[in-house]
Amino acid sequence: MFPANFEYFRAASVEEAVALLHRHKDAKVLAGGHSLLPIMKLRLAEPAALIDIGHIHILKGISHHRNGIRIGALTTHATIARSEVLQRECSLLSDAAAHIGDPQVRNKGTIGGNIAHADPASDLPAVLLALGARIQMAGPAGDRTVAASDFFTDLLETELREDEVLTAVDVPAIAESAGASYLKFEHPASGYAICGAAAVVDMDGGSCRSASLAFNGVTAIPHHAVAVGDALAGSDISDEAIAAAIEANLRIEEPLGDIQASGEYRVELAKVYGRRALQQARDRARS
Amino acid sequence: MSGVIGTSVKRREDAALLIGKGKYCDDFTLPNMTHAVIVRSPYGHARINSVLTTEAAEHPGVIAVFTGRDVVNSDIGGVVPTGWLLPGIKTPEHPILATDTVRYAGDGVAVVVAEDRYIARDAAELVEVDYEPLDAVTDVLAAVADGAPQLFEEAPGNISFDWDLGDAEATAAAFDRAAHTVEVDLRNNRLIPHAVEPRGCLASFDDTSGELTLYVTTQNPHLHRLLMSLASLNLPEHKMRIIAPEVGGGFGSKIHHYPDEAIASFCSMQIGRPVKWIATRSETNLTDAHGRDHASHAEIALDAQGKILGLRVKTHAAMGAYLSTFAPAVPTYLYGTLLSGQYDIPAIHVQTLGVFTNTSPVDAYRGAGRPEATFVVERLIDMAADATGLSVVEIRRRNFVSKDDFPYQTAVALAYDSGNYDGAMDRALELSGYEALRAEQKRRREAGDTKLMGIGISSFIEACGLAPSQVVGALGAQAGLYESGKVRVHPTGSVTVYTGSSAHGQGHETTFAQVVADRLSIDVDQVEVVHGDTGEVPFGMGTYGSRSAAVGGSAISTALDKVIAKSRKIAAHMLEASEDDVVFEDNAFHVRGVPSKSQGWGDVVLAAYLAHNLPEGLEPGLEETSFYNPENFTYPFGTHICVVEIDSETGAVELQRYVAVDDVGNVINPMIVDGQVHGGLAQGIGQALWEHAVYSDDGQLLSGTLLDYAVPRAHNLPFFETDRTVTPCPHNPLGVKGVGEAGSIASPATVTNAVVDALSPYGVKHMDMPLTPEKIWRAIHRNGG
Amino acid sequence: MGQQVRIEVNGTTHEREVDPRTLLVHFLREDLALTGTNVGCETSLCGACTVLIDGEAVKSCTQLAVQADGTSVTTIEGLAQDGELHPLQTAFHEEHGLQCGFCTPGMILTAVDLLNDNPTPSADEIRQGLKGNICRCTGYHNIIKAVQRAAEGGAS
Repeated sequence: MFPANFEYFRAASVEEAVALLHRHKDAKVLAGGHSLLPIMKLRLAEPAALIDIGHIHILKGISHHRNGIRIGALTTHATIARSEVLQRECSLLSDAAAHIGDPQVRNKGTIGGNIAHADPASDLPAVLLALGARIQMAGPAGDRTVAASDFFTDLLETELREDEVLTAVDVPAIAESAGASYLKFEHPASGYAICGAAAVVDMDGGSCRSASLAFNGVTAIPHHAVAVGDALAGSDISDEAIAAAIEANLRIEEPLGDIQASGEYRVELAKVYGRRALQQARDRARS
Repeated sequence: MSGVIGTSVKRREDAALLIGKGKYCDDFTLPNMTHAVIVRSPYGHARINSVLTTEAAEHPGVIAVFTGRDVVNSDIGGVVPTGWLLPGIKTPEHPILATDTVRYAGDGVAVVVAEDRYIARDAAELVEVDYEPLDAVTDVLAAVADGAPQLFEEAPGNISFDWDLGDAEATAAAFDRAAHTVEVDLRNNRLIPHAVEPRGCLASFDDTSGELTLYVTTQNPHLHRLLMSLASLNLPEHKMRIIAPEVGGGFGSKIHHYPDEAIASFCSMQIGRPVKWIATRSETNLTDAHGRDHASHAEIALDAQGKILGLRVKTHAAMGAYLSTFAPAVPTYLYGTLLSGQYDIPAIHVQTLGVFTNTSPVDAYRGAGRPEATFVVERLIDMAADATGLSVVEIRRRNFVSKDDFPYQTAVALAYDSGNYDGAMDRALELSGYEALRAEQKRRREAGDTKLMGIGISSFIEACGLAPSQVVGALGAQAGLYESGKVRVHPTGSVTVYTGSSAHGQGHETTFAQVVADRLSIDVDQVEVVHGDTGEVPFGMGTYGSRSAAVGGSAISTALDKVIAKSRKIAAHMLEASEDDVVFEDNAFHVRGVPSKSQGWGDVVLAAYLAHNLPEGLEPGLEETSFYNPENFTYPFGTHICVVEIDSETGAVELQRYVAVDDVGNVINPMIVDGQVHGGLAQGIGQALWEHAVYSDDGQLLSGTLLDYAVPRAHNLPFFETDRTVTPCPHNPLGVKGVGEAGSIASPATVTNAVVDALSPYGVKHMDMPLTPEKIWRAIHRNGG
Repeated sequence: MGQQVRIEVNGTTHEREVDPRTLLVHFLREDLALTGTNVGCETSLCGACTVLIDGEAVKSCTQLAVQADGTSVTTIEGLAQDGELHPLQTAFHEEHGLQCGFCTPGMILTAVDLLNDNPTPSADEIRQGLKGNICRCTGYHNIIKAVQRAAEGGAS
């Protein structure tokens, strides 16, 4: 309940934050604090310094951007969940954000903090994979961008370097002809995903132009079931086609397991939730 | 006002609590106050080679660091006692700080006292303890297996006690002649109480007067004082004042005397400054006495008509690493004695082994023994229905103790005082629309619905109002279980009541004021209720076991008898009438048959204090104390019915409806009674579906935070449908029985019976709690494996 | 090393130097002696410490005091106006929505934010809106009824 001592710096700009990170070894970026502070209170993390980026207003907000929508790293889950732009153009992200934690957590927790922490059971990583999002980062050598599919590297580990600040997430607008769904089998204690399934289905009349399916909670890094999507492209994406595509193509290696749900069970949940999410996305595309 | 009993008077407690002015333990600040952090064992079982405190003691802001050796070298008792003894019980010493061995993860090893909590926490990390890990055992059956790690030399096989009740031979004979027998091995899952306020205390020792003032999160301040005086501190009782301020929930976990309040007191005695210790959530989860944790083999024998002939149970009950305050009573006298349920069972035998494990101690948690007994009985009854082909309703009806057979002597010591078991079940069947539910279930099953509908029923009994002191004394209690009530009538007629029953959310201040207002025909606002302070209340046994209204309320009622008797004497004197002709009614004393002659309550009270003209030999003043010693337990009962729906693809359970019909005797405040039922239900449903304290084999608590231990939340539960039947308790003056635990006693069995019912097409006969989706999914898709 | 903060709490502005690691809840409870905000866990899961920051419900145990610099905080002590209880406080009393009272400040402040966002919530929406707050006493039954009652009375 009582974090260890640390040095505190408040950055006024991204450049300053990067410079502070570069200067202080073992420093952590503080945004909403909802991933970092809980582990500091349990003294599972004792960073020497915190670089508070909470006052860099340029990192807040949702705006149109070439090829899609840019969400500043400091944008809260509540803002994302309520965003009319996202609800209209990328409802998968706003729906998933509404699943995170509880109202208080959503009021403070940020998209940047969430994905930089890379909790495998969080709700956003699979969504970003299913959408083909890109992550923007700023560092001493300048800005760079990586695809969400390359961003998550291991349990609680990402492409983000120690002296980089995650600045924004870019997501494409979902096509008018497409539908999306995020379904979550929630951990009864933590509220995190035991299995979260994110699906996007784009329809071309009666056939599936493309489908994308990804999972949270099942593996150490979010699992993008590319083969399932490929198998469905060009199909009629009927319930039978979905079931067959999952049965034949969903291959999940080294699932996570804990006292609440074993790996074997999580894989079975992924089949059920993957199927249901694809069905719902398809139905939404048609409507 | 007379007639105020039975009405939903709004709670007076709320005024402060709603605006943040309720003062809980952590809200008190004393001048010069310090903060303690207790260094706890990370191991389930280890030898302590050394404890080095130098670096911690030198840390800026640290005032002192103490170890178990410092306690041993002091003149305090330094051990926490067990308050309930059984024949042959092994009671190994439980030091407040370990000296040579730690026996569970969380066992205290040292304490750091500092100027603030952050510093104390920093310094706690600097205490260097050299542990030599030992093999641990956390499972109650593994602990009694050959070759298991041993916790105490004096308790071979990790057995603390081996207790039995009932007639073994008669029970064996019943099984011999039975047409049907059913048996089951079941577990009752270990629970962490989770009062939202973590435990804590603030100790202030005045070395001039030698007096200790202790604010502590307790359900029974006098019991704490008694146990601390006798064992942990060795301070005389008159030099200790224990205050239970606002207490943020207890559910049993704040009954017990823990090492922590003795440690804080010891620190204050050593440094001469107030010492506050407040547990963090993970610390309170690690060290609060947990609940349940039984492994039982249970059997039932029936004749060809489905009449029960006998019941036989063998239970291994985890005690944890040490015997907590009431621990030995819970799986014996609060469990074995309840195994007759609502049923007429001629022969019962129960054997309970109390087993040491490398876990937090286990003790009373809401229901304490009775949910475990109900779970055994109500699971066996459902399985017996299946075996005999009777419906789950019919088999219960066929075996209920008839309402004409009270008092009813069970085969396991208790004499049920009153009941109408058919009546409560009939009402529950009606309220739930049971026949229609069964019809819907049949229809959906035939249609192959992938959502599996289950209906569960549970008819439960509890023994509340703990209880006759001479009886519990004979049964091993080291304290009496009466209650005190003091009624002080002020000269102007308003009243202050002092009760030994110490509330922590139950609304005593309102309910007890209703009892007084009703008897004296005064306004509820004319009554103040004082509780939770040994400096103010004569004595008390506290609030647990659903005893407050039945025992504490009765004490107030009998004190009121004395008040009225004395004031009647004065009134008779004033009215120049014979005392026998004076009656008290509508806030005045009247002479029977002479309507014009009466004396108002206020005048009589004032006369008692003026003492200008009192009957000869009568002392002035109007204040009476009663110690009410109940002649029996009370026996609330009821039938609960619930409906669940299971997603057959994932095993997820949705609790759709929960119907609770309880008979708690007379009701003083229906709003408060309903609230107690709701809360108990949530906890029992939590046990059935989500809650589970899990230890690794080497003694780590794997569900130590709210990230892993699932406490029910608003979105997990439906609105509850409650109703009551009323069968008054015949042996206490209020006719009340108790309600605090009913919900938690009935609901684990109700929900489990519903889930097993839903899964019966898959051949499922029994499933242990918590009924997690994975367990259910395995039962459906992996044949239980 | 202290950090200067300026935080408005219940209408009064406080300028203090705080240790950067001080949690907002400790700043409120210990520096300002506003003990109505309670601490029930350390993992942001019980909600007992909920306060309003700039009108939004936030868990004050998962917030450093320095992060609240420049904001306006409302605690349970500041909810009643001029001695008039907030309609949610009244509704909790009328519906018996509290027993031990420890979760109540956080529960009520969360409900304030909930009704601000959605003045006419369904029972399910109330249950979802309060999922971040644990009550171990009431089984939530009367809490949900209290929020409904306040909503019906136009509490937002």
